[in-house]
Amino acid sequence: MSRKIIKSKYDLYEEKIETIAEVPSEKEKPLAPNSKLKYVGKDVNRYDGYDKVSGSAIYTIDKVLPNMVFARVMVSPHPHAKIKSIDVSKALKLKGVLHIITNENTSEIPWYYNTSKLFDKHLRYQGDEVACVAAETEKIAEEALSLIKVEYEIMPHVVTAESAMKENAPKIHNNGNFGRPSEYTRGNFDEGIKQADVTIEDTFTTQVEVHNPTEVHCSVVNWDGGKLTVWDSTQSIFSVRDNVAQSLGLNASDVRVVKKYMGGGFGSKLEAGKYTVMAALLAKKIGRPVKAAMNRREMNLSVGNRPDSNQTITIGTKKDGTFTAMSHIAYGVMGAYPSGSSSYWPLRSIYKCPNIKIDNKSIYINAGRARPFRAPGHVQGTFALESIIDDLALKLGMDPIELRLKNYTEVDQDGDVPYTSKLLKEAYEKGAEEIGWKNRNKIPGSQTGEIKTGIGMASQIWWGGGAPPSYATLKLNSDGSAKIFSGTQDIGTGTYTFMQQIAADVLEIPIDKVNVDLGDTGTMPYSGGSGGSMTAPSVSPAVYDAAIQMKQKLISNAAAILEVDESNLIYSSGNISSKNDSSKSIEIKDVVGKIHERVLVTTGARNENPNGYAINSFGAQFAKVEVDTMTGIVRVKKIVAAHDIGRVLNRKTLENQFYGGVIMGLGYALMENRVIDDYTGKVLTTNLHDYKMPTMQDMPDIKVIIVSEEDNLISPTGVKGIGEPAMIPTPGAIANAVFNAIGVRIKSLPITPDKILEALNSKS
Amino acid sequence: MKIKFTLNKKKVTAEVESTERLIDLLRNKFQLMGTKEGCSIGECGACTILMDGKAVNSCLVLAEQIEGAEIITIEGIADGEQLHPIQENFIKAGAIQCGFCTPGMVVSSYELLNENPEPNEEEIKEAIAGNLCRCTGYKQIIDAVKISAEQLRDSK
Ligand code: FES
Ligand code: FES
Repeated sequence: MSRKIIKSKYDLYEEKIETIAEVPSEKEKPLAPNSKLKYVGKDVNRYDGYDKVSGSAIYTIDKVLPNMVFARVMVSPHPHAKIKSIDVSKALKLKGVLHIITNENTSEIPWYYNTSKLFDKHLRYQGDEVACVAAETEKIAEEALSLIKVEYEIMPHVVTAESAMKENAPKIHNNGNFGRPSEYTRGNFDEGIKQADVTIEDTFTTQVEVHNPTEVHCSVVNWDGGKLTVWDSTQSIFSVRDNVAQSLGLNASDVRVVKKYMGGGFGSKLEAGKYTVMAALLAKKIGRPVKAAMNRREMNLSVGNRPDSNQTITIGTKKDGTFTAMSHIAYGVMGAYPSGSSSYWPLRSIYKCPNIKIDNKSIYINAGRARPFRAPGHVQGTFALESIIDDLALKLGMDPIELRLKNYTEVDQDGDVPYTSKLLKEAYEKGAEEIGWKNRNKIPGSQTGEIKTGIGMASQIWWGGGAPPSYATLKLNSDGSAKIFSGTQDIGTGTYTFMQQIAADVLEIPIDKVNVDLGDTGTMPYSGGSGGSMTAPSVSPAVYDAAIQMKQKLISNAAAILEVDESNLIYSSGNISSKNDSSKSIEIKDVVGKIHERVLVTTGARNENPNGYAINSFGAQFAKVEVDTMTGIVRVKKIVAAHDIGRVLNRKTLENQFYGGVIMGLGYALMENRVIDDYTGKVLTTNLHDYKMPTMQDMPDIKVIIVSEEDNLISPTGVKGIGEPAMIPTPGAIANAVFNAIGVRIKSLPITPDKILEALNSKS
Repeated sequence: MKIKFTLNKKKVTAEVESTERLIDLLRNKFQLMGTKEGCSIGECGACTILMDGKAVNSCLVLAEQIEGAEIITIEGIADGEQLHPIQENFIKAGAIQCGFCTPGMVVSSYELLNENPEPNEEEIKEAIAGNLCRCTGYKQIIDAVKISAEQLRDSK
């Protein structure tokens, strides 16, 4: 199949990401609808099920190499300090300690976009790395940490945005505490406000949320001469390869990154860790493999979080609800090193509005750096936006859904182009019906009795249409078995499984004949990181393309073998036969068997995205809650998640991701919260007892409704990603349901009992 | 000190230190990597194993405490290659995502169904509330336990 090279464009926030990619030169005939397929869209069991239930799945943390030693990182106990001196002599004398690296014996390796170093003498948060010890056992390494003597010059700290923004605040970086701002205008906000009949303005706040995947961040590294292999618990093997190669001055081809199974990431594992590079430095020095793993405490200090937010939203509308102007003025903390904390995107994109003003500031504080966390900015932004829209609906005397429909847009508000598909209306309809929308309290808080119930909803927009480059290689053996290789990774979401389903359906062979290997930069064609709900929409078309090419190759080979013209051959159920002469027929395995090398290989590529369209996923979630007005406790009884996500690849793994996203959203809405003590600057929630996450007992009834079928304008598989959409609207829907129950607006997450009680008190 | 115990139905001995945790003994000395460490303080259940039939967090047990005990880890739940019905139903119900919590979930479910063959939904939630899962949203795990309960009852 012919190929062309394009400049691939993909929008993510304000960035227009451009990459050069090889794509099929012509548009391919799409994969048949799910109703016509045997595996795709069905309840196929996951490919990696056996390994995971039997305990035989080996994660990076389980990886053991002969002669391997262990590394532990010493981190700053202070939120802000300078290292005056480090003395490792005592630690080095401990039996079993092999080597220690610090800023004193390590070359300067730039980190955090050049704002810091692998070992920086200036420590900007409690958790910043000071030294790294390699020892025969993890225990000895840990003990050695306590023997390292560090003299610190303690500096004043700031741990809230409000104090960090003050003029005389301690400076975290030379140029101050402000990061790159996000500003945007569309039309003229002030004019828009003048045209408004009704204006509403309010401020909402959200907390810092920590990813806390169940497997800690960890790497195992091994050198073979000048070549380095890294086993890593990562969402992006190629990013880790490039980060590590660059940090160590190696050729990318000398670094091989491998990931088979990993215990969750949610955005916190998209880049190489300092521990990975430190492990590589130690391994080089000692000449033995090294495992470096964080502990849960460090997970809560160092490897990422969702930034907090303080969002002031203003909306002007006509009496009939038509928006004339919207503004989003916000700030949030991104921790001690560059990241982002903006939260305006839902407001900028989901509703029709000609006049928009946005000003979001990202603030440095002395705390762990933020990282992408499942729909960065969108979860907090959607909570604030969808809360104020419900308040506005009440003010206008409109049904909340009616107000949203009044401002519904069929074209992308930024680019003025249509969407490839948008079925948000359908999501509103189906979701409202399932939750019993008409039974909600017409007057919020009007129920009598101690336990009040409420119903609320929130809408969602995200990208997640996928993009090239993404490749997959398919091999077909002479026994009829097939193998797929692709340099993406399955972070648990079901990548192995849908690849198997697609190849089996296209080649019309039993699914158990298809094997999949992922997660190795050394042997597999490139595919992107698993983030942004990009994996399935990017790699599924590549697998499809590889399988289509394989089919064509088989037909061409069969034509030569059977001495029949290609155009007279029919491919059906793994058999190729002549239209006119039924004696001329051959099984595909025999085609491969007759070829000299006894294997056929194709490599498929993700297609180019269509020009002149915006690609977004949409959805709405509906929540039913019970609020105990005596205790302030909120119980979520039911969530309905109605979404437009293109084609369903696998119902089981799809529901699994939706349930998981909803529960994560519930945790964010009601309990999760990283707490820092202002006075000491130290994090108080460093373990899973203090940092509350939802358990099985918090689980509501969840119903997932998919309103879409395949979107063939995007790709021949017609898939949009689901990882982030699953979580985006949950907190907003819960907040609106709480308001509907008690009639007082809680403007700050998490919605904890104390806030409910306080709100109820101030009302009465 | 030297301890003797039964590990996945085999009698074994081990030399252990007084501060050694059971999870480290299982993972480091016996290389049974199915038992996972998620939190180290008894909050996540990833390290759940059976000690004399009771589900315990192996991160909270000292190795020397298991002298004479019968220990079953996730690797001992299946019968060789043949998965236990609970394990099969975790796959069928779609109760797995990253899978890191799965061994602990399976072991806790196994104990529950031994003790209470007919648990209702509330009892399931209560019994497994000590096992955290960051990925799956729990629903299909409950489904897996429910189907397993039925299946195990029918096969008796
Ligand atoms: S590691 Fe034992 S309960 Fe979490
Ligand atoms: S499946 Fe990932 S923690 Fe449960």
